[in-house]
Amino acid sequence: MSKPTIATGHFTGCFGCHMSLLDIDERILQLTELVEFDKSPINDKKRFDRVVDIGIIEGGCSNDENVEFLRMFRKNCKTLVAIGACALTGGVPAMRNTVPLRECLEEAFLRGPSVIDGVIPNDPDIPIMLDRVYPAHEVVKIDYFIPGCPPSADALWAAIVALLEGREPVLDYELLKYD
Amino acid sequence: MRDKTVTITIDGKQVEAKAGQKIIEAADDAGIYIPRLCHHKDLPPRGHCRLCVVKVDGRPRSSCTIPVEEGMTIENDTEELNAHRRTVLEMMFVEGNHFCPSCETSGNCELQAEGYRLGMVVPKLPYIETHREVDATHPDIFINRDLCILCGRCVRASALQDGKTVFAFEGRGIEKVITVNAEHGLGETLMDVADAAAHVCPTGCLRTKRVGYSVPVGERKYDHNPIGSEIEQAASH
Amino acid sequence: MPKETTAIIEQIAHQFNNDPTRLMDVARAVHGRLGHLSELSIGLIAKNLGIHRAQVRDMVSFYAFFSRSPQGKNVIRICTAVVERMNGADELVEAFEKELGIFLGETTEDGKVTLEKASCIGLSDQAPSVLVNGIALTQLKPEDVPGIVAAICSGDEIDTLPQARVRKNLRQSGPILLGPYESGDAVRKAIRKTPAEVIIELYASHLRGCGGAGFPTASKWEKCRTSKGESHYVICNADEGEPGTFKDRVILMENPELVFDGMTIAAFTIGAEEGMIYLRGEYDYLRGSLERALANHRQLGLLGNNICGIEGFNFDIRIQAAAGAYICGEESALIESLEGKRGAPRDRPPFPVERGYKEQPTLVNNVETFCGVSRVLEHGGQWFSRLGTEQSKGTKLLSISGDCRLPGVYEVEYGITVEKLLQQVDAEDAQAVQIGGPSGFCIGPKDYLRSIAFEDLPTGGSIIIFGPDRDILEYMYQFGEFFAEESCGWCVPCRVGTTLLLKDLREVLDGHATHRELDELKQLCGTIKTMSQCGLGLTAPNPILSTIEQFPELYEARLQEGDYYPRLDLNKALKAGCTASGRELFQIETGEPAVTNS
Repeated sequence: MSKPTIATGHFTGCFGCHMSLLDIDERILQLTELVEFDKSPINDKKRFDRVVDIGIIEGGCSNDENVEFLRMFRKNCKTLVAIGACALTGGVPAMRNTVPLRECLEEAFLRGPSVIDGVIPNDPDIPIMLDRVYPAHEVVKIDYFIPGCPPSADALWAAIVALLEGREPVLDYELLKYD
Repeated sequence: MRDKTVTITIDGKQVEAKAGQKIIEAADDAGIYIPRLCHHKDLPPRGHCRLCVVKVDGRPRSSCTIPVEEGMTIENDTEELNAHRRTVLEMMFVEGNHFCPSCETSGNCELQAEGYRLGMVVPKLPYIETHREVDATHPDIFINRDLCILCGRCVRASALQDGKTVFAFEGRGIEKVITVNAEHGLGETLMDVADAAAHVCPTGCLRTKRVGYSVPVGERKYDHNPIGSEIEQAASH
Repeated sequence: MPKETTAIIEQIAHQFNNDPTRLMDVARAVHGRLGHLSELSIGLIAKNLGIHRAQVRDMVSFYAFFSRSPQGKNVIRICTAVVERMNGADELVEAFEKELGIFLGETTEDGKVTLEKASCIGLSDQAPSVLVNGIALTQLKPEDVPGIVAAICSGDEIDTLPQARVRKNLRQSGPILLGPYESGDAVRKAIRKTPAEVIIELYASHLRGCGGAGFPTASKWEKCRTSKGESHYVICNADEGEPGTFKDRVILMENPELVFDGMTIAAFTIGAEEGMIYLRGEYDYLRGSLERALANHRQLGLLGNNICGIEGFNFDIRIQAAAGAYICGEESALIESLEGKRGAPRDRPPFPVERGYKEQPTLVNNVETFCGVSRVLEHGGQWFSRLGTEQSKGTKLLSISGDCRLPGVYEVEYGITVEKLLQQVDAEDAQAVQIGGPSGFCIGPKDYLRSIAFEDLPTGGSIIIFGPDRDILEYMYQFGEFFAEESCGWCVPCRVGTTLLLKDLREVLDGHATHRELDELKQLCGTIKTMSQCGLGLTAPNPILSTIEQFPELYEARLQEGDYYPRLDLNKALKAGCTASGRELFQIETGEPAVTNS
């Protein structure tokens, strides 16, 4: 029987959740025994070639590209798990949600103290920002959530093991943290 | 004179309570924890947060304000009530802007701690995205109203313990906020960092300046033990 | 200016004996004189009443009628409640905005007029209507607006305008509440009995509170009578704020003596010397006639000292004008408001009959209930209870409005079916009927054989009819807006929940939901209904829950396939970013195949 497949992805965030995943230390060897990594920054595989069993995503959605990629994950993952504060609530990037986007852009690119002859970037290759940062579950259906900033390695390990054993990942008290 | 006692049942357990005691106090004495945020042991109850709602003979009542009566049957730790409590917690999270990862109260925050205890994983209700005024006019204390859950502890503590009435509510409905007894800001009031009111806030809203992040992660109040465990343990001795 | 303000406020505070419990009156008077309550005024009021500035700000920020920024010399409040909007309130708003060149909530540049909206002002039977400086103008059409604005701006007397007429629309007077009455009859009969016998008479009548909750009047009185206190108080709740209700207005216009006598009988029974009528701010225009009726009552020896010649039977009534807050119809919030505070409901126990106004035993009854009391004492409890049903004796006043030919007030016998009512008001093709206002229930034709009674369809009196062409769910949304605006903010489930309900219901109505989101909406309703502190939160989900139950097909029709609908509306979300960076909005690739790559 083939091993379950896992894909991981990151959107607007700091990559800290992926770092935390690497923090499972030697258990990562066990993990590679248990699963096969598909699209993920960990193996630098950039494309989906098939529908995978488990998708794990970090980061919220702050621009159209995030939305497009998150939708792609939803389409290609049987189970989709959001991890970390940014994916769950928008996190630190969502601090801009209390300020209108135009004001944010003007502050950053026009009025900021270090700006000379600023323009708001409009190159077609740059993603277009959304009006606010959206948590993942407001964009696609998310099956499970693992909070934390980042979730600890133990929390992620517990969650992955639960998923592989076909259980709902429920974190013990000391693993359930919002920070 | 000995206090009159009554017998009530909480989650199937018979509990002796003093007549006149509120349900939540009787439960505390018996080592049974009922979740709470606006309630504070040194202050009269107000019933703002509704986390402590229990079913008294089948009817939902706030346990911080309802006195015990002989023969009451109380449901507390039920999946139905805990689900409602999680939703009420979610409401508090989406009403304000609670960025736990960067908040200096994280780990010592009662709002967060209730979320941990009750197993709230993520607020899924839509965000209200309020943006309320920060008041940093006081030399030693700040108010970050975006973290306020309007529990009114500071209002009561300032009026009843400090005798100052530094705080009050302002506005109604979703526009309701905490106001201070001055034309402009907290700095103009009699507020002092030694006041009881400066130390009762359950979240990061009303905080002392320059003492943040003093306790490392792993040693903070709720890192290892759930809120309420002190009540549950005290009774087992 | 500040000097003048100081003098004015000093004088007003003095008028009310610098009594902080009269803060409502002081604030109203200052607001009336100065047009708004500035921080300067708030500070001065606090100083003169010996309370904290924060306490004054707390109180005045709570009520809709108090403005803290300067307002125009004239204030137009357009009622935008549901029945008003069914009758063209939106067009009326537009007409006023156009004529004045300002939007709702703004003041004209010359400072002459402020335009505001109001929750239900108790004139749904003659909608749409407005209050101009407290004076009601009814059944307005957009074409009336230029004339009205011209009159206001040229300083004419508002009450001479042809639209300044409040009709009674009393369509059916029954034998009990609205029949002829000779002032004092009931009191004279009551005082021949002992207080205990009065209560026995009330028990015999089975009279229940008419405000909506239906608590047995006799047992409320008995509890209040036996509660110990330094003094007892009688309060008449004339704060009918449930959208679509206006029956108390008609009683107060038609038969205020019945109310006064009911209160006097209460005073006699529980031993009170002070009575108060808490009159909703929207009914300010009734105050003059009520004061005259009270003066007349005093002249007849029915109020004041030694009433009806009984040595030591002293009782008088004052009118407490309110300032616009639906929640104050709840008796404990009403008491808080009477004490000069924000109208936040108290947790019970203790009940007001034990500890109410100024911590003393206090009897609060609705206008209609006091009328019932007078009739019971006039004709006897047996007489009263011969009408009605098993658990609902006597008659009920209904305020009927919406899509019917004959809106107005009807006195009906308890037990009348909805079908019969609809025949009477000429609305047999009704698609739905809202029984008891937004906090009640919306029923459809399959339930029209049910009857108006506590044991079946209880109501405080508001009946709103939706005709066959109405989009009912949109009106349920408007009811939701009402609750969100009127939530006092005391407790979390109601304060936050009423706003969240609006957000989620909007998504459903706009077709942005599947069964899953509708289920989540139902769960949210359940939490608000279980966890809220008072009746407002406990009933706020009713418009949604009752229509889900009665008209599931209306919801089904708007739901999408599948088991998830995103909150993100991508095109909408990209607009700000596109505009700011000067880029074209493009439709994002959503692609159908299972394997998609960028």
